[in-house]
Amino acid sequence: MAASRSALLDNLAGWGIYVVGFIPAVSSFWLGATGGLGADPVRAFEQTLGLWALRFLILTLAITPLRQLAGINLLRFRRALGLLAFWYAAMHFTVYLTLDRGLIWSTIIPDIVRRPFITLGFAALVLLVPLAVTSNRLSIRRLGKNWRRLHRLVYIAVSLAAIHYLLATKVLDPTQAIHIGLVVLLLGYRLVRGVVRRPERRAA
Amino acid sequence: TVPLKTVASGYKVDEPLTPREDVTTYNNFYEFGADKADPSRHSQDFKPRPWTITVDGLVAKPQTFDVDKLIAELPVEERVYRMRCVEAWSMVIPWNGFPLKSLLDRVEPLGSAKFVAFETVVRPEEMPGQSGLFQPMPWPYVEGLRLDEAQHPLAILAVGLYGETLPNQNGAPIRLVVPWKYGFKGIKSIVRISLVETQPPNSWNSLQGSEYGFYANVNPEVDHPRWSQATERRIGESGFFGSGRRPTLMFNGYADEVASLYAGMDLRANY
Repeated sequence: MAASRSALLDNLAGWGIYVVGFIPAVSSFWLGATGGLGADPVRAFEQTLGLWALRFLILTLAITPLRQLAGINLLRFRRALGLLAFWYAAMHFTVYLTLDRGLIWSTIIPDIVRRPFITLGFAALVLLVPLAVTSNRLSIRRLGKNWRRLHRLVYIAVSLAAIHYLLATKVLDPTQAIHIGLVVLLLGYRLVRGVVRRPERRAA
Repeated sequence: TVPLKTVASGYKVDEPLTPREDVTTYNNFYEFGADKADPSRHSQDFKPRPWTITVDGLVAKPQTFDVDKLIAELPVEERVYRMRCVEAWSMVIPWNGFPLKSLLDRVEPLGSAKFVAFETVVRPEEMPGQSGLFQPMPWPYVEGLRLDEAQHPLAILAVGLYGETLPNQNGAPIRLVVPWKYGFKGIKSIVRISLVETQPPNSWNSLQGSEYGFYANVNPEVDHPRWSQATERRIGESGFFGSGRRPTLMFNGYADEVASLYAGMDLRANY
């Protein structure tokens, strides 16, 4: 009984994260549609979606160190945060294709293929697809050990996303520096922990 | 800003003007910050008057001009130009200004002068982007043109837009406008113009030479390494839905006037 109640609470919390998580997208869309995003609303909306995709990836990656270093267990929110990252990346790409590039495929496809800036962003989104698809309980059960292996792809995806973000502007600005710094920190934590942990692994 | 007395000119793009609100709130002027909204938000302490501009170097009569005197003496024309940013967005702006050539003629360039070098003011106390962390480039911002480009009738020094003196965020009190080149050539808040013999440095080229050339002519066939230059988004044209994306024109639509300046040149090598 107690177990199922906590499962229910976790579910509710997960849904709560979704509702809150989509607020930036909805409010930015609303502002854009009503003339509240300045002179270049498409660019502002597109950038907002991309930035939040990266932010949710960062939050997803922060769950483990928070637990290990600070004893704060937010594991039950990780799936929702990861899926939000995926949805934001997908919306970011959709806005790029439609509102920004006007579905002019003759210029879009060469850009995706040839321009590292675009290619890297696209690759990050593609890598998030299998993670989103296998984020359900059934997949976790079916894939067993391979599930964890597969989901290490998030490290590559977030690296690509960070480089994509770095390449998006002509010069580094403070917002970029903070976000990319966090990505480096969170990935660095995994590297260091991997090195420190390996010798005593047998116990687990 | 105050109203300017202007005269009409034959230079007029027959396309809808970008709203003044957009022209004055969406700016690249890193001296006031890297965000497009920074220049309009953070330029209120900038004092564009009184202002002098020194024209020197390989000239017979080097001089320092008072900008307000120049405005009183030279007929200030209205020039409606396309403005194409290297970031693949564009505007149509009614500038007010005079041909750069009319200023150069006053100082009488020597035969040895081949290029024109421009320099922006350095005032960290009035320009927040010039102090603190995250300064994107060394100051002053510098730019350059070949002398024949500078003497072309399309190249102007703008002192206003929409019939009023330039707002601070648009490069008050005097800036360069070269409509067939990417916007970053349009150096703002100019304090010095020097005629020189060899090609002068320009800031973006010094910072990232593989991406930003000296010539910076608008060219849909030569892409920026990170994005295509084949199309552009017209700011303020259709708002949020319908991107306003349109094909970019060779020399930004001024090929008839300026293509001869580059006859025989490889525009891929000289981007």
